[in-house]
Amino acid sequence: MRRMTWFNATSLTLGFAFLYLPMVILIIYSFNESKLVTVWAGFSTKWYGELFRNEAFLDAAWVTLRVAVVSSTIATVLGTMAALVLVRAGRFPGRTLFSGMIYAPLVMPEVITGLSLLLLFIGIGLDRGVFTIILAHTTFSMCYVSVVVSSRLVSFDRSLEEAALDLGCSPAQAFRLVTLPIIAPAVISGWLLAFTLSLDDLVIASFAAGPSATTLPIKIWSSIRLGLSPEINALSTILISFVTVGVISASLASKRASLRRQAEERAAVHA
Amino acid sequence: MRRFALIAVPYFWLLALFLVPFLIVLKISLSDIALAIPPYTPTLDFSAGWEGFKAFLGALDLENFEFLTTDDLYWKAYLSSLQIAFIATVATLIVGYPIAYGMANAPDHWRPTLMMLVILPFWTSFLIRVYAWVGILSTEGYLNQFLLGIGVISEPLTILNTNTAVYIGIVYTYLPFMILPIYSALERLDASLLEAAEDLGCSRITAFWLVTVPLSKNGIIAGCFLVFIPTIGEFVIPSLLGGSKTLMIGKVLWEEFFNNRDWPVASAVAVILLLILIIPIILFQRNEQKQREADG
Amino acid sequence: MSQTVFAPWNDPDVKPLIQFKNVTKRFGDFIAIDNQSFDIYAQEFFALLGPSGCGKTTMMRMLAGFEKPTEGTILLAGQDIAPIPPNKRAVNMMFQSYALFPHLSVWDNIAFGLKRDRMATDAIAARVEEMLKLTRLEKFAKRKPHQISGGQRQRVALARSLAKAPKLLLLDEPLGALDAKLRQDTQFELMDIQEKTGTTFVIVTHDQEEAMTVASRVAVMDHGRIIQADTPARIYEMPNCVYVADFIGDVTIIEGRATKSGDGYDIAYAEGQPTLRATTDKSFENGQTCHLAIRPEKVTITAERPEGAANAVQGKILDIAYLGNLSTYHVELPTGQIIKSQIANTRRLSRRNFTWEDTVWLSWTETAGVLLEG
Repeated sequence: MRRMTWFNATSLTLGFAFLYLPMVILIIYSFNESKLVTVWAGFSTKWYGELFRNEAFLDAAWVTLRVAVVSSTIATVLGTMAALVLVRAGRFPGRTLFSGMIYAPLVMPEVITGLSLLLLFIGIGLDRGVFTIILAHTTFSMCYVSVVVSSRLVSFDRSLEEAALDLGCSPAQAFRLVTLPIIAPAVISGWLLAFTLSLDDLVIASFAAGPSATTLPIKIWSSIRLGLSPEINALSTILISFVTVGVISASLASKRASLRRQAEERAAVHA
Repeated sequence: MRRFALIAVPYFWLLALFLVPFLIVLKISLSDIALAIPPYTPTLDFSAGWEGFKAFLGALDLENFEFLTTDDLYWKAYLSSLQIAFIATVATLIVGYPIAYGMANAPDHWRPTLMMLVILPFWTSFLIRVYAWVGILSTEGYLNQFLLGIGVISEPLTILNTNTAVYIGIVYTYLPFMILPIYSALERLDASLLEAAEDLGCSRITAFWLVTVPLSKNGIIAGCFLVFIPTIGEFVIPSLLGGSKTLMIGKVLWEEFFNNRDWPVASAVAVILLLILIIPIILFQRNEQKQREADG
Repeated sequence: MSQTVFAPWNDPDVKPLIQFKNVTKRFGDFIAIDNQSFDIYAQEFFALLGPSGCGKTTMMRMLAGFEKPTEGTILLAGQDIAPIPPNKRAVNMMFQSYALFPHLSVWDNIAFGLKRDRMATDAIAARVEEMLKLTRLEKFAKRKPHQISGGQRQRVALARSLAKAPKLLLLDEPLGALDAKLRQDTQFELMDIQEKTGTTFVIVTHDQEEAMTVASRVAVMDHGRIIQADTPARIYEMPNCVYVADFIGDVTIIEGRATKSGDGYDIAYAEGQPTLRATTDKSFENGQTCHLAIRPEKVTITAERPEGAANAVQGKILDIAYLGNLSTYHVELPTGQIIKSQIANTRRLSRRNFTWEDTVWLSWTETAGVLLEG
């Protein structure tokens, strides 16, 4: 029996106010006329204009997007492979080391991951730039992908694959025609996770990027180190809206899919 | 051979881009700083063969680690990181538990929405979420404006650039990590257990302490580790919200590397940080293992 | 009837332990309990029987204190229990899921309620030992709930709810999670424990066999009402309506029109067929619609028309359900009516007389069927 007491209602209200108020304030003040971020001087969208005229920001955004798309795609492929290895491959020499290398980056402080990659790139004489950021991002986000995908694979009913083999599929066909479509939601969320991690990352990118490449977080960082900036507020608002729209539409889509499924199941029962 | 390829590709990727870099850190932590590019000695010279390798090994030493023990900046930074992480974890638990509890007791049709509201910040830029607090906590910030406005205080509070701001930032950014495992433990809690406790003579509050809390223990532990472990090495929050007196090891490492360009010392700092992290990571793994066994 | 028979409900001098007085419970628009009044007596083993959603669980949860009646009062030993919260009631409950605390050992589960009463430590220990002995769990005291079998968990739940020596013990589908074999043994064990402790038990179940086996009285419920509350034998032999007759056990219901004749009634059930005979205490008007409920075991099946039978009809065997000890024959009359006849399989299979499509005679006595109103 669930009880919605005043205590629960209060803790939820306060809790979510705490989680969302800072972002709401940020959004409101992005429409502030004044250059002084904390002093309200009337509504204006001029900082958005400034932002879109700022070449440095636009370049950084473009670099970030490219890095995120490429690294998350490679990470999804590698991470899915790694998940298959973790769940399916059974024993092989160095398995413990392998699973250790999958899980370690998840708990490794970013400063260490960044530092170690930088030392590697310098050690082998690789010029730092977009390419090295992609390598770095792929490496840590493939671990997240593999965790997401392997948790789905664990609950995967293997008799489905066996049925496919029984019906004449080759193992590769069984994977492509049966397994992959079923684990696809996990693979997609893995990709989205990798994509967001890449978009967000400041620390590792700072180490991996040379002077030739600047990502958006690096740009934001160097700007906010100097203090509040109305342009950053505008940029934050844009980023927050993107994420909000994305997450809400994804959850609506999944809700609608599950409602439709329920309706279909109900119809099937009565048919 | 398909299986071999499946294993080999991610394996070699991780070896080359995770393990090898880490070994390099270990090696550089044993080297000496030098005015060169790269700025450390010795460098491994493969052309010198076995003799060169022996010479290389001979030149490695624990000098950097000795240096870390002599300069109290470092051990103070480690201790203070642990302390800040600990206090922040407790604070996150205190803030997060009631929210998770409220979610678990909310009507069924609210829960997906509440869940989405908790996860949404995950997808939002960490940097921006920390930055949002700069405007709130600064001396002329929104919080001070508000408090001065309603007359609770007459002088603006100094919160930004103190440890308090760091705690607030950590609680804020890591709150979902605390809420989710506790929520999932509470959600699985069979409501009839609470009824049974009441039936056997417990008041609601005793039933909470004797049944709800022990049965959400694994969620609490998981949540605490999920906050504690990444907080120790945190860089962005102390740099942005903390003051000059806020010592956290992630920040020290960053400065050692970028500002002082002392790579060997930065590497040694990283190695020790990892050694410190191993204990909570192992405890966390054990808790997860126990949880899985209990479920299985 | 001798004086030693336990039947306090027939004795006007005995005060009931529990009295429901015009109790109604609504959840929003849904009426879970519809203006019910009934009594439960001390030391009774009272069963609430009905399909899911009939209100039996709500009834029990009101006794435990997890729900309050919307209207009416519930008295426990003459006292209104509505204002008493669950943790202060001398009523304990054994949950359907058992609700054993997974983080506590068997011993600590049983001691849980006693500790809330701030009993002395040695008194608690003594009581727990007593309960462990009663439920034969001494060997498992130190185990956690997930380390014991389903049957043992059921006994822990029972021991825990009995430990506080409640005036009233509520059992919510106590045997539902056990397999058939274990359930039978446990039924007798429950009855044994009820007798030993002298506690009043109220059991909620959807399993009629279980209710009939354990209970001193069974209340058959449907749509928030108690349709009939009586001893198992009377419920079975003298159902008061078609619903009860149909719900309990196997039955053939024949619809017809009653005409008074002699000390019984003639029942016309189909055009051009001879009427059926039945006696009853109830009175019917001539031509009133009635239902004749006949238990299959009271219907005899023969190859030839039996001599002097009050009721005899001819039909064709449609189906045979072989249950091992019994066989049920489904016989179709020319009118399309199907009548079930059950016979004990005292002979081996090869010697059995009837098979599918055989034309047979079914017969039963005047008193075999129960005549029920429309």
